[in-house]
Parts: sequence; structure tokens; C-alpha cells
Amino acid sequence: MSRRFPLLSTLIALAGAAFFIVPLIATFNFSLRMKRGELSFEAYRSVFDSDVFLGVLGFSATASLMAILMGVLIVVPTAYWVRLRVPRARPVIEFLSLMPLIIPPVVLVFGYVRLYGSSSILPLTMTEAGTNVLLVIGYVVLSVPYMYRAVDNGMAAIDIATLTEAAESLGASRLRTIVFVIFPNIRSAIVSGAFLTFSISLGEFVITSLLNRPAFGPYLVQMGQDFAYQPAALAIMAFAFTWICMVLMEAFATRKPGQRLLQWRAPRSVTKAKS
Amino acid sequence: MSFLTLKNITKSFGPNTVVRDFDLNVASGEFVSFLGPSGCGKTTVLRMIAGFETPSSGSIHVGGMDVTALPASRRKIGMVFQAYALFPNMSVRDNVAFGLKIAGMPRAEIDTRVAEMLDLISLGSLADRYPYQMSGGQQQRVALARALAPRPNLLLLDEPLSALDAQIRTSLRDDIRRIQQELGITTVFVTHDQEEALSISDRVVVMHKGRADQIGTPAQIYNRPTTRFVADFVGKLNTFEARVESPQSIFFAGQNIHDPRHTDLTPGAPITVALRPEALSLRPRPGDDLSLPGRVLHSTFLGSVIRAQIDVAGQQVSVDMFNRADATLPVAGDMAEVWFTRGDVLVLPSVM
Ligand SMILES: Nc1ncnc2c1ncn2[C@@H]1O[C@H](COP(=O)(O)OP(=O)(O)O)[C@@H](O)[C@H]1O
Ligand SMILES: [Mg+2]
Repeated sequence: MSRRFPLLSTLIALAGAAFFIVPLIATFNFSLRMKRGELSFEAYRSVFDSDVFLGVLGFSATASLMAILMGVLIVVPTAYWVRLRVPRARPVIEFLSLMPLIIPPVVLVFGYVRLYGSSSILPLTMTEAGTNVLLVIGYVVLSVPYMYRAVDNGMAAIDIATLTEAAESLGASRLRTIVFVIFPNIRSAIVSGAFLTFSISLGEFVITSLLNRPAFGPYLVQMGQDFAYQPAALAIMAFAFTWICMVLMEAFATRKPGQRLLQWRAPRSVTKAKS
Repeated sequence: MSFLTLKNITKSFGPNTVVRDFDLNVASGEFVSFLGPSGCGKTTVLRMIAGFETPSSGSIHVGGMDVTALPASRRKIGMVFQAYALFPNMSVRDNVAFGLKIAGMPRAEIDTRVAEMLDLISLGSLADRYPYQMSGGQQQRVALARALAPRPNLLLLDEPLSALDAQIRTSLRDDIRRIQQELGITTVFVTHDQEEALSISDRVVVMHKGRADQIGTPAQIYNRPTTRFVADFVGKLNTFEARVESPQSIFFAGQNIHDPRHTDLTPGAPITVALRPEALSLRPRPGDDLSLPGRVLHSTFLGSVIRAQIDVAGQQVSVDMFNRADATLPVAGDMAEVWFTRGDVLVLPSVM
């Protein structure tokens, strides 16, 4: 007796999927129609031909990488220390880490401009480099909710306290413990957090445009106002990029130690022998 | 000559004092167990020896050196945890080599030492496995090898067998003892399992509410408990209210028993005496010179042992007898005599 085909649920699922997929297909189709009467990648070519595009992409990628580095350096030791020394404060820290989701970026950046403006003792916005630093800090703040959650979950998966004690009893200092024991064991969590940070920062608009940086987000908006086909091409590329990020995150997250990132050969079969 | 010395250790967490007046001397090469119910402070004492906790007062010396304030990473102490705590990102080989790399040992020497350690735990063939690819028993062996590889001054084990199933528990227990004796390493072993403590140790420290109630060889602990708690906690006991008749004899269960071992008792004082179930028999054995009349309540066949519950003067008494081919199960309701020798009568200390 086979079960009846679940017609209704299938239709609902298809309708839901169409809601996301149809606009995507339409956009992709539109992006291929720059040359009248034929399908071509002309719009993509023209995007890549633009020096401005490569310039802003390079700038945004650099800023995002800096944000990842800074975020990891702040979040990993904090999460580690909280779990090890003040586990009771964890809910408080978790709530604090969510603040960037509650406070709109506009408020954040206006705060920055007022705090670090021309009349400040630390007038970061008066120089190019200072503004860039502020931009990276802004990206770090925006990504903290994701980075903290990813890292903290990674730490929850291993017994941080006992591993630390095991390493210490073997003579390792706190720094060596973090570098050789803690860090490698939460690497996949950090990589997940890094990809999320990267995809948030790369197309960020509010902070970037209010700080007037030559970055990808404002460029995207500008293109949308000035051209027809190129923005569609850019949107498709942004989608593709996000998907690649997700796949890489998944690959890192499910990897076991001692395995390659991508397994080309069939996995070595390992049996759990009884001792 | 004491190698590990704990002097007057007290440890409080906020208002809770969890270890008090703890004194212990462990000789070089000795195997000492901390035995006690959960929450009595065994782990806390072990962690103070390891350097993960600092005593509120008192001092700890290892090999004549005061280590009370030394951080764990500089104490040269090997530690084995209940949850194995192998580094998940490292293979068996790298786990065992970790302490040696930290100590800056040359590559070639590390390889030799790791091979030697893996040989000791007979897991040489699994050197390239990762922790998640091994059973609990195998992981704990690796944890033992990892702790021993840097040749520590002391080996500390905190309930290392509690997470394993019964069969592996006994075999690993024997391995731990064998390796400890082979290396002659001074060892402190924490457990709440009396069989484990009695079978593996040179000496046992029975802990109760943060104190060392009794420190002695397994035989002393079992046969001559010095506190009420030790008597109750280690092994099973039948206790009887009794009275001191004269400096030479005590009265219980309707009998006067002449016992020259307890001459210091004041006549007329109420005391408690106890008999281990295995000291009792329903048939007189050679040497049995005393007996109490009773009635069989019920009996259980346990394979090597027959366990009977006997009603003696209104009190339930457990009797354990070795099973033999000709033994018959006592029948409930039958009259019975409970036999023992006067040497088996334990006079329990009034100290709780
Ligand atoms: N870090 C700590 N903070 C507060 N109380 C603790 C801490 N560690 C242990 N305790 C308390 O000390 C007592 C003894 O604990 P422990 O040494 O782990 O006992 P055992 O190992 O004998 O089961 C327990 O009541 C426990 O709650
Ligand atoms: Mg414990």
C-alpha cells in the first residue's frame, strides 16, 4: 500500500518556491538581454570592464577581511573567557551581542560621526584612514551577533573547560592552549562566522554611504539608478556569491578532523572497534 | 619519606567549605585512592593537587617543593579526566605527543617516546585514528598515555572509569594498576566505587563531607573502620545495639560475648556492634564459635553467592554464603542459626 501523493502540500511548496525563484529567473533572463534580439553575457562583461567596479569590489573585500580579522580577535577570546571564567554571565553577553540587531545602523553611524567628528578628541572622520577604520569597526559591530553566535556554538560543541585543563596539565600556557587546542577545534565555527561577516559587509549600504566610502554597496545602488541591465547582472552575481559562501560554510562545518575539505575519493571506512 | 604532602588543606567556595583539615602523605610510587560519595570533595582535593584550584589555606608539597601557588602548567602533573578530554582535532599520535612538543623535545625523541607510550597501552595500531573514531575505553587509554608521556611527577585520575561499561572498566582498571607499577609513578585516583578503590590501591582515603575520615590499606578500611561513616559506606553491615557488660565482654542479641580486644570500654555504656554479611553463615564452619537463633525471611541465589535475610530477635540480618554444588537455598519460614566467630564482631566507633 503506497501512501497517497501529498498533492496539496506539494502545491504549497511549489508556490512558495516560485515566490523566490521566479523573480530570480526573471532577473537572470533580463540580465542576458543587453544586446537586442539575442541572449548574451554582455551586461556581465560590461560590469567587469568597469574600473570602478573592480575598485569598489577590491575596497569592500579588503574592508570585509579586516572586519573578519578584527571580529575574530575580539569575539574568540571574549567567548572563551566568558565560558571559562564567568559562565553565569553568558546570557548577558549573548544579549549584548544582539544589540546591533536592535539598534539600526543609521543610529550607529550618526553616533560615530558625532563621537569621532571634527570636534572630537579622536577625530577619526577627518582623515581617509581614520574613516576606513571607523568603517571596519562598523562592519565588526554589524557582524558581532552572527560571529558571536557561531563561535559560542562552536565552543559549546567541545568541553572548553576540560580541554583547557588537559592542555595546562601538559604544560601549555594559556596562549598556547588557545592557539593549539581551542582555535583548531572551533575553526569551522569561525569560518562560518567569517563567511557571514563577509556577506554582510560586502554589500553594506547605510554605514558605508554615510561615511562616504567608495565601496560596493553604494556602487550597487548608484548603478541601479543609472543603468538597466548591469544592476540585474550584479544582483545575480551577488546571489551566486552568497550561495558559494553557504556551500563553503556547510563544507567546513561538517568536516571531521583528518578529512580533506572536499572528499574526492570515497571516505575511508572506519569501524569503531571495541577495546 | 613523603613525596606528596597535603598539609591542613581547607577549601571554600564563597560561604561553602567543601574541604576541611585535610592532611595526607603519599610515598613515592604509592597508589592512593580517594573514596567517598558524590559531592564529598574528592575532585576538589585532586584539582588543588593539579593546580586548577587554590587552597583557601594549607600547603601542598611535591618532592619537597612547595607547589601551593604554582600554576598547573608548571607542576609536571599528568591528569586523566572522566570525560577523556582528548583533543578532538589531533590524532592519537599528536595527542600523546602534545605535552612533549610543548616541552620542546626534539622530533626524533618525541617519536620514540610516543611509540613507547602507545606500546604501553597496546594501541600502537591506532596511532593515526582521531578520537571520534575510537571507543570510550580506547580513548581513555590514549588519555592515560598522553598524561604519562612527559614523565610527570604525579599521575592524577578523576573517576576515569565511570563513563565506561562494566567489562572495560575492570580490564582498564587492571591496566592502570599494571602501568602504574611498571613506571613506579606516584598516583592519586578518585572514585565513588568502593570495589574500584579497594582493588587497585595501596592505600585508600575515605572522604566524608570534605574530611579524610580514615586513611589506610584496603584491608584496614574494610576490616577495621574507625568511623561510623566508613563502616556504613564501605561494604554492607548488619548492626546491633549492644551494651558493655564488663571490660572483657559485650552483650548483644541476647548473648554475652567475651571479646578481649575491647578492654577500654566502660561497663554499662551503650555501643553499636556490626557483622559483615560474609562473616555470617547458616551452617557452622570450622572456627565458628558463636551463633544467634533466627528465622529465614527470604533468600536469593546470586550465582557465586547465596544471600539470605534472617530475622534475628526482631531485626533483619543479611547473610552471604559461598555457593557450592551441595548448597541448598534456605527456605523462607524455616528456623535457622546464624554462625560467626567472635573475631568478626566489629565494635563501631561512636564517632560519626
Ligand atoms: N567551582 C565551584 N564552585 C562552587 N562550588 C563548587 C565548585 N566546585 C565544587 N563545588 C562544590 O564542592 C562540593 C564538592 O565537590 P566535588 O569536589 O566535585 O565532589 P566529588 O568529586 O567528591 O563528587 C560540591 O558540593 C560542589 O557543589
Ligand atoms: Mg568528582
